[in-house]
Amino acid sequence: MNRRSLIKAFTLSASIAAMGLSWSIQAAETIKVGILHSLSGTMAISETSLKDMALMTIEQINAKGGVNGKLLEPVVVDPASNWPLFAEKGRQLLTQDKVAVVFGCWTSVSRKSVLPVFEELNGLLFYPVQYEGEEMSPNVFYTGAAPNQQAIPAVEYLMSEEGGGAKRYFLLGTDYVYPRTTNKILRAFLHSKGVADKDIEEVYTPFGHADYQTIVANIKKFAAGGKTAVISTVNGDSNVPFYKELANQGLKATDVPVVAFSVGEEELRGIDTKPLVGHLAAWNYFESVQNPVNTQFVNDWKAYAKAKNLPGADKAVTNDPMEATYVGIHMWAQAVEKAGTTDVDKVREALAGQSFKAPSGYTLTMDKTNHHLHKPVMIGEIQDDGQFNVVWETEQPLRAQPWSPFIPGNDKRPDYAVKGN
Amino acid sequence: MLRLLLTLLLLLPLATQASEGEYFITAKPAEQVSLLEGWAAQPDAARLPLLDNLHQGRIAEGDTRKLRLNNRLRGLLENTLASHQLLSDVAKVRLAAAQQLQKSAQPAQVAFLDRRYAIEADAAVRAALGLVLANLQLAAPEPSVRLAAVRLLGETGDPMARTRLEALLEPGVETDTNVRTAAETSLAQVKRKLLFGELLGQAFSGLSLGSILLLAALGLAITFGLLGVINMAHGEMLMLGAYATYVVQVLIARYAPGAIEFYPLIALPVAFAVSAGVGMLLERTVIRHLYGRPLETLLATWGISLILIQAIRLLFGAQNVEVANPAWLSGGLQVLPNLVLPYSRLVIIGFALFVVLLTWLLLNRTRLGLNVRAVTQNRNMAACCGVPTGRVDMLAFGLGSGIAGLGGVALSQIGNVGPDLGQSYIIDSFLVVVLGGVGQLAGSLWAAFGLGIANKLLEPQIGAVLGKILILALIILFIQKRPQGLFALKGRVID
Amino acid sequence: MNQPLLVTASQKAGPRWTLATGAVVLLVLLALPLLSLLPEGHSLHVSAYTLTLVGKILCYAIVALALDLVWGYAGLLSLGHGLFFALGGYAMGMYLMREAAGDGLPAFMTFLSWTELPWYWAGTQHFAWALCLVVLAPGLLALVFGFFAFRSRIKGVYFSIMTQALTFAGMLLFFRNETGFGGNNGFTNFRSILGYEITAQSTRAVLFLLTVSLLVASLYLGWRLARSKFGRVLTALRDAENRLMFCGYDPRGFKLFVWVLSAVLCGLAGALYVPQVGIINPSEMSPTNSIEAAVWVALGGRGTLIGPLLGAGLVNGMKSWFTVAFPEYWLFCLGALFILVTLYLPKGVVGLLKKRGEQ
Repeated sequence: MNRRSLIKAFTLSASIAAMGLSWSIQAAETIKVGILHSLSGTMAISETSLKDMALMTIEQINAKGGVNGKLLEPVVVDPASNWPLFAEKGRQLLTQDKVAVVFGCWTSVSRKSVLPVFEELNGLLFYPVQYEGEEMSPNVFYTGAAPNQQAIPAVEYLMSEEGGGAKRYFLLGTDYVYPRTTNKILRAFLHSKGVADKDIEEVYTPFGHADYQTIVANIKKFAAGGKTAVISTVNGDSNVPFYKELANQGLKATDVPVVAFSVGEEELRGIDTKPLVGHLAAWNYFESVQNPVNTQFVNDWKAYAKAKNLPGADKAVTNDPMEATYVGIHMWAQAVEKAGTTDVDKVREALAGQSFKAPSGYTLTMDKTNHHLHKPVMIGEIQDDGQFNVVWETEQPLRAQPWSPFIPGNDKRPDYAVKGN
Repeated sequence: MLRLLLTLLLLLPLATQASEGEYFITAKPAEQVSLLEGWAAQPDAARLPLLDNLHQGRIAEGDTRKLRLNNRLRGLLENTLASHQLLSDVAKVRLAAAQQLQKSAQPAQVAFLDRRYAIEADAAVRAALGLVLANLQLAAPEPSVRLAAVRLLGETGDPMARTRLEALLEPGVETDTNVRTAAETSLAQVKRKLLFGELLGQAFSGLSLGSILLLAALGLAITFGLLGVINMAHGEMLMLGAYATYVVQVLIARYAPGAIEFYPLIALPVAFAVSAGVGMLLERTVIRHLYGRPLETLLATWGISLILIQAIRLLFGAQNVEVANPAWLSGGLQVLPNLVLPYSRLVIIGFALFVVLLTWLLLNRTRLGLNVRAVTQNRNMAACCGVPTGRVDMLAFGLGSGIAGLGGVALSQIGNVGPDLGQSYIIDSFLVVVLGGVGQLAGSLWAAFGLGIANKLLEPQIGAVLGKILILALIILFIQKRPQGLFALKGRVID
Repeated sequence: MNQPLLVTASQKAGPRWTLATGAVVLLVLLALPLLSLLPEGHSLHVSAYTLTLVGKILCYAIVALALDLVWGYAGLLSLGHGLFFALGGYAMGMYLMREAAGDGLPAFMTFLSWTELPWYWAGTQHFAWALCLVVLAPGLLALVFGFFAFRSRIKGVYFSIMTQALTFAGMLLFFRNETGFGGNNGFTNFRSILGYEITAQSTRAVLFLLTVSLLVASLYLGWRLARSKFGRVLTALRDAENRLMFCGYDPRGFKLFVWVLSAVLCGLAGALYVPQVGIINPSEMSPTNSIEAAVWVALGGRGTLIGPLLGAGLVNGMKSWFTVAFPEYWLFCLGALFILVTLYLPKGVVGLLKKRGEQ
């Protein structure tokens, strides 16, 4: 080995050592944050934008100096819409990457899959999607709506004169837990309002169902019996064929309004909305809400989508689960600041009663005991530009009832989070 | 002076209209409701432009203020508009208005409707108006009026008539025995008509589903049926066709908005070219090396499909893209009061048959078709006779893929256009081809329509899922009996 | 995770060395669960994550081996092995759900407002019956399907597509909530197995050891089969069924036996998989999963015993790594792998190693 190569080797090893050193310094100064959303497979359609929203929020927090003087370092993994993989990746984030918190999951089954892992390892998960309730884990914070924050107000609106005064209800859903639980709650609620069983029809379709001819024909038949509303918990992809069939068979919103709980701005991007004007959706946030926080939020998102060259950036929209992701990350950051540490038990304590001025125009509060947000409910009508026009909203945020009083046996449940429920 | 007065007089209706519009937009919803109800009972032809504008969500053309309507107001507005349109000179407009009123007319409108009925000259409109009145007259105090109304309702096949008659027949509602018996007869009549419509609807939806399966499977009938390639990427050829449609739509909307109505027609050759091009590329680079090893083509093409899906996902995003129905494919043909045949589905049925015909002609009436069949039956012999087998393989694979692309254009009109589009059709496509008999176009035709109709007949009875499972079980059993499918090639070849 | 070691080692060496590496791998696998019992922070401690990940891959390896028995040896490509795997898993899951629910009904049934268990749940609170179901459910289904399929001499592509339709039908059926298997969510939130807490490190270690034993047992079984006259008949069946028939053999019995055996092995693998990953649901039956299993076999090398194990390990190891490092490009890589293997490695990795060995 001559001298020159010796020097070379030396500088090389020195620089490698320096790199390692700088890496370890950096590692000490960041807080790792896990993002557990499917980027491939069937759920990628919904979850990809949540991943991007989480990254944007983290970037913004970092731009303001991070949390407790440390920058947030996102760790993105792809559970590929595969439910066992959610559990595996969750465990990996918690034990290998040692993240302080995880933001993720969309479907209930993915949450159910990771739940035992988070309870076993005492991790912290923020779940940003509206769901069926019937769960309250000390290791999960639910920033989406429970059924009483979405479904019941929507039906109350349909019953009112403003909403068309529906007398008959066609409950249409994809066959999985969220629609079934929601419909169970709605049926009990409708009974309590004096609607008889003959005026309620409950139909479920398999996942990915694409041929709605028979069902739309049945809706028409059912609707001939009196003023009818359809309450749709049809999942993501099946909505396009459903709405197209509805429009082509001449069923207008004035005849039979459809209120959907899983159709937001993102889903409408894939639909020509002109024939759908007047159909409804119930959420806790719409992009069209007018307030300065939301204007900032929407503009930031559009700029981010453009800067990162996300697919379809020119038509980027925000929606409810994205807002819930945004709110969740900020609330966690606030709680970490308050607790002064990322220790899960302390952060959990600090999160109770935490509040945040959200893009929905309300100041949202994390409940002191039940791990759910107090959320306002808005009913939006589909407009021809793919946006929603809010036609009704609650006066103030509602407290979540994850254990719905309309399901027997729930009155005995405690109103605070307990493991293994 | 006189001229001024005259102009003022002429302007008067415009002025009242403007002020009514102003009043409407500032009114509270409850006032808007009573306003509309009042207008519906006493229509005034001068108000028609205003109502037209309101219906389009504005108070006047060029006025940028957006009118916020809800469904209740929209319903009332439609009723009021129809009420006004009865004053129109055009019989067609009056007919449509009368049909709308059959659904929505209110008792307060009876007086006005009676007047119109008396002076209506057009027979069709008069009949429609008669039904509007009959609906309302069911509550009339005189039994004779009710009797006539009940009899008239028996003539229609309107599902609403059934509900109204059933309500009348509830115990204690109708006291007159004559009217009761007439209502019972009418109800039976209406039910019969409704049942007929329902059955027809089921048959149609079966045909429509069949045509979709056929379009999805037809390309596979060539790539799998003739070339023996288990093309798991076939679904992605459909998907490429659908995305080509989307791109054509976007481009036309940007550069030639005048032609937007016809974008699906322009998309057809584009989709064919894109899918066929990708297909030929794949054939040259990958599949060519795998002929005679069908199970391995399965794995390789599955890999191709994964790559295509992810590539589309990165290019266009994971979300579905918007493909709108042009006006001539929106809406439907009202055949019976309870049967609407959507134009898009009608067109797709026709299109499917057209593509089958085209493929058949291509395979049986052209030199390429002759070559393809020759290579299919005996590759070595064909090569000896001077058929360029490599080229024929490529062209045949391109043809199969291109037809799948055409299928994609059709699918984009009724369902989602997203990266996973193809995945949902691949199993069905294979079943159609296997059931029909590999290598048989006619077999695929029968299998597709058979499966479609069987599916739609079973769905109302046992639900969509069990229906599908039952059909899968039946296919498995059927294959036991006829392992080569419905239309098997007869031969004595054995290895 | 141990495969790269094995690959490099056997590249240099002949069969004797391969056996030796195999023994080393086995030793490592046996040591893993014991190391996992060490206290956390110990330098040799193996985390629960590694243990469950390797355990999962081992279960997949058993599936690959089972699939190779029918595909590599008998020439029947099944695209429905996920169904048998899931059935075994569901049978075990039923027991675990009963154990978690105690005397009550499993949570998803109370949610459907059912007041009693459907008949097919009878006896599942007993571990022994659940074990019988693990064998019987996939076994009987394979027997019935195989009986009809082989009787009418369905083979090749037709057989593949029929098995794919079968698993697709199974998936649709289990997706229904009314079928009584928890619908889309399937079974999750298990508590204990035979009274031992399921998240306990020792339970995990035992499950892992059982998986290793099953793998070794199936390897031995496969090895014996391949060596026996039976194995030769199978290979003949694969290569020239008609000639075999002309020689006076009735292929149906042979096919049926190996087909049912393979299904039962899958079922057992599924039963070990469920308590380790903690969830079973209908997506295990999706045709995609079964096709992926075929790729493990093809990548490793069909018609060899070690190949499928290699394939399952390689693909799943890569998957675990890729979905973290380059989540967006995982499908590109998997897809390219499918193509490259079929084009350039018709005999799989094992074929490649053998060629190197011969040179």
